[in-house]
Amino acid sequence: MLADKDRIFQNLYGQHDWGLEGARKRGAWDGTKGILEKGRDWIINEMKNSGLRGRGGAGFPTGLKWSFMPKQSDGRPHYLIVNADESEPGTCKDREIMRHDPHLLIEGCLIAGFAMGANAGYIYIRGEYIREREVLQAAIDQAYDAKLIGKNACGSGFDFDLYVHHGAGAYICGEETALLESLEGKKGLPRLKPPFPANVGLYGCPSTVNNVESIAVAPDILRRGAAWFAGFGRPNNAGTKLFCISGHVNNPCNVEEAMSIPFRELIDRHCGGVRGGWDNLLACIPGGSSVPVVPAKQIIDCPMDFDALKELKSGLGTAAVIVMDKSTDIVRAIARISYFYKHESCGQCTPCREGTGWMWRVLNRMAEGRAHKKEIDLLLDVANQVEGHTICALGDAAAWPVQGLIRHFRHEIEQRIDAYSAHPHSDSVRVAAE
Amino acid sequence: MAVRRLAEKQPASFEFTKENLDWAKKQIAKYPEGRQASAVIPLLWRAQEQHGGWLPEPAIRHVAEMLGMARIRVLEVATFYTMFNLEPVGKYFVQLCGTTPCMLRGAEDLKKVCKKRIGDEHHVTKDGNFSWLEVECLGACVNAPMVQINYDYYEDLTPASFEKLLDDLAAGKNPKPGPQVDRQFSAPQGGLTTLTEVGEKK
Repeated sequence: MLADKDRIFQNLYGQHDWGLEGARKRGAWDGTKGILEKGRDWIINEMKNSGLRGRGGAGFPTGLKWSFMPKQSDGRPHYLIVNADESEPGTCKDREIMRHDPHLLIEGCLIAGFAMGANAGYIYIRGEYIREREVLQAAIDQAYDAKLIGKNACGSGFDFDLYVHHGAGAYICGEETALLESLEGKKGLPRLKPPFPANVGLYGCPSTVNNVESIAVAPDILRRGAAWFAGFGRPNNAGTKLFCISGHVNNPCNVEEAMSIPFRELIDRHCGGVRGGWDNLLACIPGGSSVPVVPAKQIIDCPMDFDALKELKSGLGTAAVIVMDKSTDIVRAIARISYFYKHESCGQCTPCREGTGWMWRVLNRMAEGRAHKKEIDLLLDVANQVEGHTICALGDAAAWPVQGLIRHFRHEIEQRIDAYSAHPHSDSVRVAAE
Repeated sequence: MAVRRLAEKQPASFEFTKENLDWAKKQIAKYPEGRQASAVIPLLWRAQEQHGGWLPEPAIRHVAEMLGMARIRVLEVATFYTMFNLEPVGKYFVQLCGTTPCMLRGAEDLKKVCKKRIGDEHHVTKDGNFSWLEVECLGACVNAPMVQINYDYYEDLTPASFEKLLDDLAAGKNPKPGPQVDRQFSAPQGGLTTLTEVGEKK
């Protein structure tokens, strides 16, 4: 088990002072100037060596992402953007960082901004996190007053301004280019890539968008060394990670653990086990609502990391572990996720705009059994045609849960159809034209 | 996508108060010159706050003029982002998370409480105190089920504790936000499993 001294987020549960004084006692802002003095290349190299993979869901190596920014400005300013639009169902980790350990994030912003030559950073926080925004802004004000950021930040000679910007309820703005559009004052419609944000991002300038957790762990990685961070988890899956465990466990919670911790250990140690015992486990969505569901017997001994979950045709995503016991109506649970994507589709691409609603309506009928068995393959076909045919990954994210459901629980849908058709009904069973 | 339209009954005009106007200028200054459109969401939000929790059409025009934006661009933003209420809401606006993690832990029972106590979604109670809406994931999943009422999250609810919460609000009390069970924010209930060796206390 990860020792408390190796936990980065020492105030995850808000037991202590979130302010500058408390944060300093826990080690934040210690030797920041020295880190900056080691230079851009050293910072980026160290981040690469740490093996940190982005914590926003895609798992792209953070150091590599930072290295994509132009080394020299061509006259355009560079921007650091922090994606704090945490909205993936199951995920509630960045919230804890922003309200309980905001200084780790602010310090990380300075370091990341320095490493990519960005003199300004924007933190885009979801609109609903109003109290979190207040704490974050207050912490930024403290950092300005203490001259940790602003002109000549930490006495390093580097100028860095940090602003909080908020959204107003749109999951799609967690997609990096939709976030940039939103930050520019438009609807959050994702942009085609290329050009990538590192070349043409915010206001047409080189920009890098990072998740809150990815940025907030950077100062500790640089203070303690890449090898320390790389020492946790299996190769290619390094580090410590915030897990959000929700659903049918005895004690749902957020917890920082070493990557690759086996599912069973994670649940037994921190959540008091599965509700009703391990035999009562039905399935788990291991990385937020977008990733496919994994049935009990596959997940129980699986290491919780990017590669192991990918082998199960699922993913670590944001490490939002949604546990479902045998009382769960799995078809309705996934249908509710489909409703979420229908609601949150930005409407730009036809396969997603039309497909998300279509999949939701068909799944709803299937949950009642009011469907034909041949429609299961039709549904799978539609899901496959939404996947990969849209500008952004929301289409994929809407397709994967449906694919996962059919892959592992086709029998469940078939049973319902049988049960429904066994009893005479006055309304005839509809066929999917919807 | 969600279909969202402006309310039929609209006030004749809207103007920011002096205080909010000063605040708005500071917001605009956060963005580079010529990029003042970036402030559109914060300004619309402040307009909604000033107007008792919903965003009237004249406010959309007012913000467009302030930021030098075409009215249609601001109207697009107001209808795209679901936190902009385009029709009146109750003094206590209950946003109930109904997405799967909350659903697994009883959000549907909370919906029944809303229907019983308040009525259908969007309906404002006669006394003007309450209205409710089922919303998508609010990002407090380990404290499910939960609701947001105005600025605060109320978490780990049961139908009974939710009813009590509504009673307290109706009686003009200030119920404590956060978990409604014995629990430190998102820590596991029944005792910490980590961070027990961290010395410094508040």
